[in-house]
Amino acid sequence: MRNPAYRTRSLGFIVAALLLLAATGSAQDWIRTGTGLGVEKVRLAASDFKPSTPDPKNTDLLKTFNDTLWNDLDNAGIFELVSKSFYPEQVPGQPSEVNLSAWNQQPPNASMLAFGNLGVSADKVQVQGWLYDVKSSGSPQVLGKQYNDNGTAEAVRVIAHKFADEIIFRLGGGIAGIAESKIYFVSARGGQKEIWTMDYDGANQHAVTHLGAISLSPRISPDGSRLAFSSVTKTGWEIMLYSFDLNRMISFPRFGGMNLSPSWSPDGKLAFSSSRNGYPNVFVVDGSGGNLRRLTSGQGPDVSPTWNRKTGAQIAFVSGRTGLPQVYTMEADGTNVQRLTDQGYAVSPNWSPNGQFLTFSWMRKYGPGEPGSNDLYLMDVASKQWVQLTHDSGRNDAPCWSPDGRHVVFQSHRTGSDQIFSMLADGTNVKQLTFSGNNTQPNWSWK
Amino acid sequence: MKHPIKKWITLVFVLGAILMLGACKKKVAPPPPPPPPALASPTASLSANPNTVDKGQATTLSWQTTNATDISIDGIGTVEASGSRQVTPADSTTYHLTAKGTGGTQDATARVTVNAPPPPPPPPPSLTEEQLFAQNVKDIYFDYDKADIRADQQADLQADAQFLQQHPNIRITVEGHCDERGSTEYNLALGTNRSDAVKNALIQAGVGGDRIKTFSYGKEKPFCTESNDSCWQQNRRGHFIYEK
Repeated sequence: MRNPAYRTRSLGFIVAALLLLAATGSAQDWIRTGTGLGVEKVRLAASDFKPSTPDPKNTDLLKTFNDTLWNDLDNAGIFELVSKSFYPEQVPGQPSEVNLSAWNQQPPNASMLAFGNLGVSADKVQVQGWLYDVKSSGSPQVLGKQYNDNGTAEAVRVIAHKFADEIIFRLGGGIAGIAESKIYFVSARGGQKEIWTMDYDGANQHAVTHLGAISLSPRISPDGSRLAFSSVTKTGWEIMLYSFDLNRMISFPRFGGMNLSPSWSPDGKLAFSSSRNGYPNVFVVDGSGGNLRRLTSGQGPDVSPTWNRKTGAQIAFVSGRTGLPQVYTMEADGTNVQRLTDQGYAVSPNWSPNGQFLTFSWMRKYGPGEPGSNDLYLMDVASKQWVQLTHDSGRNDAPCWSPDGRHVVFQSHRTGSDQIFSMLADGTNVKQLTFSGNNTQPNWSWK
Repeated sequence: MKHPIKKWITLVFVLGAILMLGACKKKVAPPPPPPPPALASPTASLSANPNTVDKGQATTLSWQTTNATDISIDGIGTVEASGSRQVTPADSTTYHLTAKGTGGTQDATARVTVNAPPPPPPPPPSLTEEQLFAQNVKDIYFDYDKADIRADQQADLQADAQFLQQHPNIRITVEGHCDERGSTEYNLALGTNRSDAVKNALIQAGVGGDRIKTFSYGKEKPFCTESNDSCWQQNRRGHFIYEK
């Protein structure tokens, strides 16, 4: 595991496992079979959509639409997007205008082509989009969609996300795209730390809470309807719930002591750290706040639980029971505690949607004379094999998987302040999502 | 026009003549009386030793006179021709001796400086319990990633416990704080253990546990915001908050 060459190979295996077997299969198989590094990416051309009406608003909306669609496809991690400079001079706006041989041969040499049109009429916008398999001359159409909405930039961005997710779903092995997903995070840009939200690509950032206390550790429920977080109250840190159905805080029991780091199970239970009995230990409670039970004991401190998002049968957590914090797993009833990390300072685990991997922040060499840095790692839970995702880029922490299992969002101090970034789960394609104030602890929606 | 001028000249001349006549008259005043018979004049000296005393201390006045028949010192009265006397002036005093004789009168003075006592210390302002708390209760510092009370913190902790026992009405919150390294959530949990460690040590030392609340700020409210060892040490602490 410590051998660099082997580590490089295992990176390939694990990423291959990620991209091919995100839904099923086992990483052990891939490590044993040792097949190729990663997956051949689909070579996709995405031509700018064309105006279908003479409305002068089309120009701005087309730019918003085309930029958003391109960015979504580029972010997906499963395409090799053909540069627009290779495209024919006449791009199609509808099927009758497609010349397959202009796309399926050099220079574009595309396998797939996304194209379409957009038009505003009486403040309503209509978008038509197609996906063509340009190497299949017999029946090239893979997808044809039509969208109608208000003629606003906001609506057009959503349409672009929806169309991108259709393409990603068809070409990405049946895994839903993430273009319509949300990220919740902590921002201090208004003074106190409050919970904020944004689209997965960093657009549309706005505050959810206005409590005026310190609020931390936002975790969105699997169905997206409730946001759990931890906030300072008169009696201590308590778990709080915000309802997106009601657009307000909803009541949740106050347990006393320090109640920190909530985590939703797939079926809607909450695990969290509580010192109500003395030391911080992991507790579980129903989504309604009832049926509280303790899972760990001892001085700990035990904190940052994260459920196996696929099975709900295991919980990973952080404990300082042996000194510096390490990542552990246990069954959901608290039995069979296993230590996963063997050294350093390991915190902030997050379990992948397919149940196979943990990503966490690790300072592997920690202590006097060991100027390590906080980097993000990915570990195959069954084998405890790991790969390093970030390198030489300051303090990185609080990683969280995207719903498609292909991306990780995290906080990094690499620019000199804490900001939120996303990347592919192999550490590539890093994108900065926030720029204003200090932003931490991102949490990606489940879908 | 000519007539008034002639009149002015005449007036000036007459006035000048009167003045000259007056002056001549003084020169012919009678001769001074003869000097008095040559009698011996008195002499006098007065000294104080020491000439500087603290308030309440005595000093010795010494004097000598000659050719004097009537000798007195202000505030003391008539004295012999030569002598000494202990005095204890309440304030700085200039003693004044007058020696009178047939040959005249002679004065002598001696100054005794009395140092005022140092002003008494101002009465201690009556401090509130909260002020006493702030002056006396010291925060407890921790090692990196540790939540046990260090040996070098035991003295402060015992002193804190003693103060709290002497002021049984004071209620406190112990806040656990951590340095900036590591995760937000783990530091909140670590700070919880630090505040508990301080609370438990105070209970061990005899302070009632029901007077002590705990809270953890993790790394959310640092006392010092630089990224170096001394700053980190400042931030790893159990911080005492006065509640009542």
